[in-house]
Amino acid sequence: MSPALQRRLPLLATAAVLAALYVTACLSYDNFFSARVAANLFTDNAALGIAAVGMTLVIFSGGIDLSVGAVVGFTSIFVATIVEKHHVHPVLAAAAALAVGTALGAGMGALIHFFRQPAFLITLAGMFLMRGGAFWISTQSAGLTNPLFNRLSLWELPLTDRAALKMSALVLLAFLVLGGLLAHMTRFGRNLLALGGNEQSARLMGLPVGATRVGVYAFSGFCAAFAGLALMLNSGSGNSRDGVALELDAIAVVVIGGTLLSGGRGHMLGTLLGLLIFGVIQSAIRFDGSLDPAWTRIIIGALLLGFILLQRLLLRRLEQR
Amino acid sequence: MGETHLQRLLRSPLVWPIAGLALLLVVNLVNDPGFLRLGVREGHLEGQLVDILTHGAVTLVLALGMTLVIATGGVDLSVGSVMAVAGMTAGWCVTHGHSSLLFVLAAALGAGALAGLLNGMLVAYAGIQPIIATLVLMVSGRGIAQLISRGEVLKITQPRFEFIGKGFLLGLPFAALLAVALYALAQLVLRRTAAGLFIEAIGDNPVASRFAGLATARVKCLAYLLCGLGAGLAGAMVAANNAAADPFGLGQNMELDAIFAVVVGGTALTGGRFTLLGSFVGVLLLQTLTPTLVFLGVDPPVQPVPKAMLILIVCVLQSDLTRRWLKNLLPNKPAASVASRVEP
Repeated sequence: MSPALQRRLPLLATAAVLAALYVTACLSYDNFFSARVAANLFTDNAALGIAAVGMTLVIFSGGIDLSVGAVVGFTSIFVATIVEKHHVHPVLAAAAALAVGTALGAGMGALIHFFRQPAFLITLAGMFLMRGGAFWISTQSAGLTNPLFNRLSLWELPLTDRAALKMSALVLLAFLVLGGLLAHMTRFGRNLLALGGNEQSARLMGLPVGATRVGVYAFSGFCAAFAGLALMLNSGSGNSRDGVALELDAIAVVVIGGTLLSGGRGHMLGTLLGLLIFGVIQSAIRFDGSLDPAWTRIIIGALLLGFILLQRLLLRRLEQR
Repeated sequence: MGETHLQRLLRSPLVWPIAGLALLLVVNLVNDPGFLRLGVREGHLEGQLVDILTHGAVTLVLALGMTLVIATGGVDLSVGSVMAVAGMTAGWCVTHGHSSLLFVLAAALGAGALAGLLNGMLVAYAGIQPIIATLVLMVSGRGIAQLISRGEVLKITQPRFEFIGKGFLLGLPFAALLAVALYALAQLVLRRTAAGLFIEAIGDNPVASRFAGLATARVKCLAYLLCGLGAGLAGAMVAANNAAADPFGLGQNMELDAIFAVVVGGTALTGGRFTLLGSFVGVLLLQTLTPTLVFLGVDPPVQPVPKAMLILIVCVLQSDLTRRWLKNLLPNKPAASVASRVEP
């Protein structure tokens, strides 16, 4: 196998799994092969996808961010509460939520970098902080009646006469493009991959390791807060329980997309493919009706295991050379 | 040059958690002068302290296995989900007419051990980072637990099984006795034999340990196996205490409590050294925090916030940066600052 092909193998494997799953689902269930189902793959998983974009970049740097699900829940209840109960302007509320998410990310990044603490522990604490904060605001869900929110959540971009992309799906696509550009076209992206590949070398090359690390967690926090806005608009209400275990799905999506969990290698395109795999499995189980929804998690877990072992195998081969 | 007493005291990993626990006890004592009082009702020992120990028994069992895993330089994120699987397994056995306590317990512990073995094989033999390897079961374990009962809560009404969760032995709560006995046994086995040293050596430097002739992979795998076994027991204990097994709620966030207790107790996440006594104190500290927070007016759903704060403070205090800074504040300044400059 040529080295170029070998490098692309995880991505190709992901594409093959996606194609196989999609074709099987289309053959097994009537009406699965339709633009509507395909468009809904994006709309239904908008929040997960947006959070996964930030997670991809964090994993590029060799880190992990377990706080994203809690940030989603916090943003959702925070914005809904201050807009509906305290009549703050929706744009201002959204900006405040994004600022909170970004600041939390930057703070966690600083603790991880300057105090040399393990990323999973600090972001776990961040998760506790945000989930507790969300419950502190309210344990009840808050319905959205604000006209701007309603217009945004009802707005659709028609594709065919039956299929349409909702606002949140468009935001997801924008984030995927933005994340892809940031990861693969900018100096920041190169620094991230260098940092994830080998921190010592990155430092010796004079790359701004600290700024990069703080920056990537801040970006992940920003993405997670945006995901919270998308979820709130999609569901039409704010709830402090939104986004429970979303971080696990996001990590699974990124890894299934072929990004190396130890950092330094991966592609944003893989995250898109991973997200679609997740969506196809979920839709197929919904179409089937007789299967327990719990199977989604089990299949995702099995795929995760398969891809991790594949990565390990490839890495061992690369090391032997 | 001898160390000052203060320096030696500050270096002991047990000082901080014990000081924290003492502080919490004082706060509670001020609030409720009867806090430390123990009484006997219907032949059972009771009081706030007994409650703390009983409620903490599950976390104690989890933290024991977690300490070993963390000492090898790893971590097990799957214990919460494994607890759910084990609890559901026990519930399934009872609801399907298996009345033998031994059989039900063996099924729950077996499920836990199997999960631990899978984690251990992935980490020790496949060489996958612990966070990632245990993530697989963390994700799919919850699904498996839901599948066992098709998402329903299983009612477990069997006095013999419920005993391990809320029974009394010689007037003392059985769950707490079990946890204390396990700690005593572990301390004996790990510190009176070379096993503890092996675990610490592997956590400190796996390559050097292998060259020194240690069966690194086997010891690591065993640590995860024991952790899974602990999670299995913990799951059975929760199911027994609630007389029900809930696939969604059982073990939710317990992995965090266990890791936090171990870290607060002074076992470093980098591995290489561990203190079982520290983990024990760490669990008690987290458990005492709950009534303290309730008295301070913090609602249960908001309690993660102060817990997270506590963890961040402990992390910052434990970090090299702070330790160096603290050292420079203490007497013996010249020697301390030279030592700190040598560090990378």
